[in-house]
Amino acid sequence: MIRLAVVSGKGGTGKTVITSALSQMLPNYYLLADCDVDAANLGLLLAPKRIHREPFHGMNTAVIDPDLCTLCGKCSEFCRFRAVDHNKEGFSISNIRCEGCGVCAFVCPEGAISFTSRIAGEIFLSDSAAGPLVDAMLVPGAGNSGLLVHEVKKIALAQDRKWEIFLVDGPPGIGCPLISTLTGVDAVLIVTEPSISGLHDLKRVVKVAMNYTTQISIVINRYDIDESMTELISEWCSDKGFPLIGKIPFDPWIIDSVRNCRPVTRIDTAPGARAIQEMADVLYRSVGVK
Amino acid sequence: MKIAVASGKGGTGKTLVAANLASVLSKDVSTTLVDCDVEEPNLHLFFPSPVTTADVTVPMPVFDPEACNHCGKCAEFCRYGAISVLPNRILFFPELCHSCGGCMLVCPNGAIREEPVRIGIVTTSHPSNRLTLVTGILDEGQSHATPIIRAAKEMGGSSDLIVFDAAPGTTCSVVETVTDCDACILVTESTPFGLHDLSLAYEVMKLLNVPSGVVINRSDGEDAEVLAFCRSHGLSVLLTIPFDRGIAAVQNRGELISRKDRAWEEMFAELYARCRTLVGVHE
Repeated sequence: MIRLAVVSGKGGTGKTVITSALSQMLPNYYLLADCDVDAANLGLLLAPKRIHREPFHGMNTAVIDPDLCTLCGKCSEFCRFRAVDHNKEGFSISNIRCEGCGVCAFVCPEGAISFTSRIAGEIFLSDSAAGPLVDAMLVPGAGNSGLLVHEVKKIALAQDRKWEIFLVDGPPGIGCPLISTLTGVDAVLIVTEPSISGLHDLKRVVKVAMNYTTQISIVINRYDIDESMTELISEWCSDKGFPLIGKIPFDPWIIDSVRNCRPVTRIDTAPGARAIQEMADVLYRSVGVK
Repeated sequence: MKIAVASGKGGTGKTLVAANLASVLSKDVSTTLVDCDVEEPNLHLFFPSPVTTADVTVPMPVFDPEACNHCGKCAEFCRYGAISVLPNRILFFPELCHSCGGCMLVCPNGAIREEPVRIGIVTTSHPSNRLTLVTGILDEGQSHATPIIRAAKEMGGSSDLIVFDAAPGTTCSVVETVTDCDACILVTESTPFGLHDLSLAYEVMKLLNVPSGVVINRSDGEDAEVLAFCRSHGLSVLLTIPFDRGIAAVQNRGELISRKDRAWEEMFAELYARCRTLVGVHE
């Protein structure tokens, strides 16, 4: 099984549209995971049927027992995450800021602090026409997105390994959710756009991706919005030796298909769809899919 | 007044809104613009000017092999799995460490001290008389964004008017950015993705109790669903920016539509006036 992640650095370049299209190119081929757990959108396009759901527990967080607390303030003094709030009613822990390290409980002379498990999200296993999909929903404002990405991948990889391609829709950025996404992948497709921000962010995500794989391909989405920026990005790719495997034109038809909650498929004939199909062929050949 | 610009979904136009808003405001009043999207900061591309740089460090443990008797208390305490104690040595995984200081506290032998480790930088520049730009930049390969955001917010100081550009998403980075802000502008686009992620971002603002309003970007007129969501959740639409290749071309090259077109300058001034109303209504 080939593990392929679609990432971008910059948000909104078209990762999900391209991932969903890639999942339509070969029949019965895919195991899918949406690792953009902050804002998971792949499921909106694949119309999955949920077959299993399970709660995601983030780190346990601290709770102060007001009956035992003597207001000494040691917890607040030692907490590095500014998670201890102090007001007229006494000390309390902010669920949002607490990273569950346990220091407050260790320094509390009264043993007034304990840890409770909290549900930080939910993980779903679904059937879709392309293959099984694992995605998740983080409780808005909850932390631990890197940990949830890890869990999503773990549950996906616990499925039957008969699927040829493990296709992962990644998060934007270069921090913990991305690093968690890239751990263990064989190949990465980076989706960029012809803007000064797109190029800047591409350079950063490439630098991180190179720590995980040498198989990095790049595609420029909406390339005709600014052909001179596209030229600049193409030059950068060839300078650095990264294969630019496709240029997808801006195509209102693709926006329409998103609005209708359907992925681009192999039989679609619009210019944007055709460009995605050609890019997919090059990509699949390069990672060794027959 | 502190205004955050956030979105849920990436690439909806947070940076466009933050850059133009701050640029317009700084014509009349001292304004600080803080780029809190430290994983992929882009605001500096729109305001090229010389920067001063400060390292952002976090404390990380250093183990003294002479004093350590391999009791394993540090590894047992660490909830992040960043320490493994073997019979003859200690393995430390810095990418898992949250710098909580717990290992140092629990070591009975005083064998652990902390040293600062760089994870990124904060840069400061003054692109024009009344505009200060502060940018947090996470080093490539580092995973913890929030200490950089915290440092950038602190560097942004306590100016009367601060605009914060948040990362996409709905978790720690956004929470760190928006906490203590007076208002938040949620930038969305009229697609099912935009709407889905707007609804998540709105939940975060409710949780943090920050009054928010919506900017619809790249509108092609098919905004009915977003408008219905805003109506049913009492969110005002602060500004609608049409889909326009001309706007995209200006933005894509690192220029500002409010500098090119007087009408946009007025619209961003109006956006600020509407943000003030948001805060007033809330109070």
